[in-house]
Amino acid sequence: MTKPLPTPKRKDPLGRSTLGHVPPGLRSRAATEMATYAAQGRFVLQSCDRCRSVTYPPRDRCPTCWGTLTWVDQDSGARVEAVTTIRHSTDNFFRNHMPWRIGTVRLDAGPVAIVHLHGDVQQGDRVRMTLRLDRGGNPALLAMPKEETPNMQDDPQLRCFTAHPKHRRILVTDGRSAIGQAIARALLKAGAQTVFLGDADPLMRYPGKAEIEAQEGIEPVSLNLTDSGSVQELAAQLGGRVDIVINTACFVRPGGVAFGAKLSDLQAGFDLGVLGLVRLAQGFAPAMSARSDDGVNSAAAFLDILPVSGLSGQSGYAGAAASAAARLSLLSGLRGEMQQTGIRVLSVLTGPVDDDWHQELPQPKVAPGQLARAVVHALTEGQEFTCAGDVAKDLFARWQANPLLTMREENR
Amino acid sequence: MTRSPLTLLAEALADRTVECIDLTNTLSPDFPVIVLPAEFGQCAPFRMEKVSRYDDNGPAWYWNNISMNEHTGTHFDAPAHWVTGKDLPSNTVDAVPTQDFVAPAVVIDISKEAAADADFVLTRAFLEDWEARNGEIPKRHWIALRTDWYKRVGTPEYLNLKEDGTHSPGPDGSAMEFLVHERDCVGLAVETVGTDAGQAFHFNPPLPAHSILHGNGRYGLQCLTNLDKLPTFGAMIVACPLKIEGGSGSPLRVIALVERTRA
Repeated sequence: MTKPLPTPKRKDPLGRSTLGHVPPGLRSRAATEMATYAAQGRFVLQSCDRCRSVTYPPRDRCPTCWGTLTWVDQDSGARVEAVTTIRHSTDNFFRNHMPWRIGTVRLDAGPVAIVHLHGDVQQGDRVRMTLRLDRGGNPALLAMPKEETPNMQDDPQLRCFTAHPKHRRILVTDGRSAIGQAIARALLKAGAQTVFLGDADPLMRYPGKAEIEAQEGIEPVSLNLTDSGSVQELAAQLGGRVDIVINTACFVRPGGVAFGAKLSDLQAGFDLGVLGLVRLAQGFAPAMSARSDDGVNSAAAFLDILPVSGLSGQSGYAGAAASAAARLSLLSGLRGEMQQTGIRVLSVLTGPVDDDWHQELPQPKVAPGQLARAVVHALTEGQEFTCAGDVAKDLFARWQANPLLTMREENR
Repeated sequence: MTRSPLTLLAEALADRTVECIDLTNTLSPDFPVIVLPAEFGQCAPFRMEKVSRYDDNGPAWYWNNISMNEHTGTHFDAPAHWVTGKDLPSNTVDAVPTQDFVAPAVVIDISKEAAADADFVLTRAFLEDWEARNGEIPKRHWIALRTDWYKRVGTPEYLNLKEDGTHSPGPDGSAMEFLVHERDCVGLAVETVGTDAGQAFHFNPPLPAHSILHGNGRYGLQCLTNLDKLPTFGAMIVACPLKIEGGSGSPLRVIALVERTRA
């Protein structure tokens, strides 16, 4: 069993914070491609199109027959052949996290691999292999216990691969929406120490305000993402003690491009969705970057929830889709920047949410609780791309198979 | 030598026998704007993005880009703002006669009534009674409706938005007909976010201040402060909207010239 994570003490003001180093980052193009699957929480290995052999580590051609390699989802079973504990490293990140356990596993899919080990995994054990992203955004194999063990999520090595909410202080940008409130509650349930709950208009009541603000662990804060001053002010107050940022702000109005679109709605949507994301990143990312290895409640992740239609466009909701597309692009840029500092940038893609502004659309729609589960999943797994709901899963799968076809399908 | 009125005014300003009172709220991102039902387009609040402040974007100078609706903060409503005024000549802020930017004001104090009842409605009967006590409302004046509502700025009670709509004082149709047609007012100047009462959508006729003022080429001034600092008669309001081409209204600085009362 894993020792439960202690509640973090307040920091010693005489001590210098540990710098957030990231593990070595240089990877081949094939390994970078492996990272795109790790980003989705998929366990994949390369399989040869000709001789069918499965290979690891990532290569450009099949080492057996020189055939073409394709990434294929694999059986995640494995057996631990040998275990080693590393007690010294020349790498700055690992030096700060000694001792570190690695092991040799024989994958059911075929290859033998050297992998990171969860603390509850021992030599000879059957394990569940996971493909994850390390703090620098590189793919890494981590062997997990086959069955759930007590406090499994608290394993220090696993925690380096996740942005688990436990003991962390989390900013949820829009607490006025049912989604923001559901996420805040789910985060507290998952062990968050504090949820700072944003309110863009503190003088205006909203449904559920009294109930959510009365909940232990919730701290209401004034935050309006369309107002640079408001974001800067909150970042100045809280920047040094926000460990995870979750952006739940979204502005969706129906409308096309040439037909039925209102420019004032588009402006409002872009200001909140796109510029708001930039304001949030500029406000909070610098302080978070300085605290990415700051003990139990180190800064860990910047998570944005956005419509999956950003991948394809969407007839009838062209503005919301365009805003989401711009956000996806900005998130890619932010991810690249934050990978240098050890902060994860996570995207939760959602289909139409079951709210006032999607009344025109048929079911299925995403319920706030469903979105909250997807957010907690993304954090506990450290997963860069998570789809909330069947609509998002379906569109994401179609888009991966054929982006141009998906665009046509979604815009007719 | 007879001195011209402007010379006299200049002297009065210089020796402070005429004072300037600021009737303007500060434009800031959190100043409340009118809230319409969600399916309508909304009034954009004031926003400010720094361009440079003695930094790499402009080492020796400080300036901002600002954005807002024409009806954000202390603002002027031109006749074109309302459908009733859409076909009037010179109905937009760039065309409104400049002479109207300087006009005297009469202050109708309904602050006690508004404090007792946020939905207080100003009627013709109330105005006739007011005239019996204070004298007739002179022609070509701003009607400045003192409610002390400006003291609620920064609290939820300013917009006073409940589940059945906003609750703030304002006139009914009879008061507006009286002020426009029988007292020839320049316009209605209020401290609330709109010239109409919060519940005026439910009046008959609905939204009488907007409808009757603008339908007859009169103006609105909203989100004013300090109306309690003006005398009932004798203040001169200076309100010059921005010259926005085809604009329906404009944020502006409003001041009142007031003769200092001698001790």
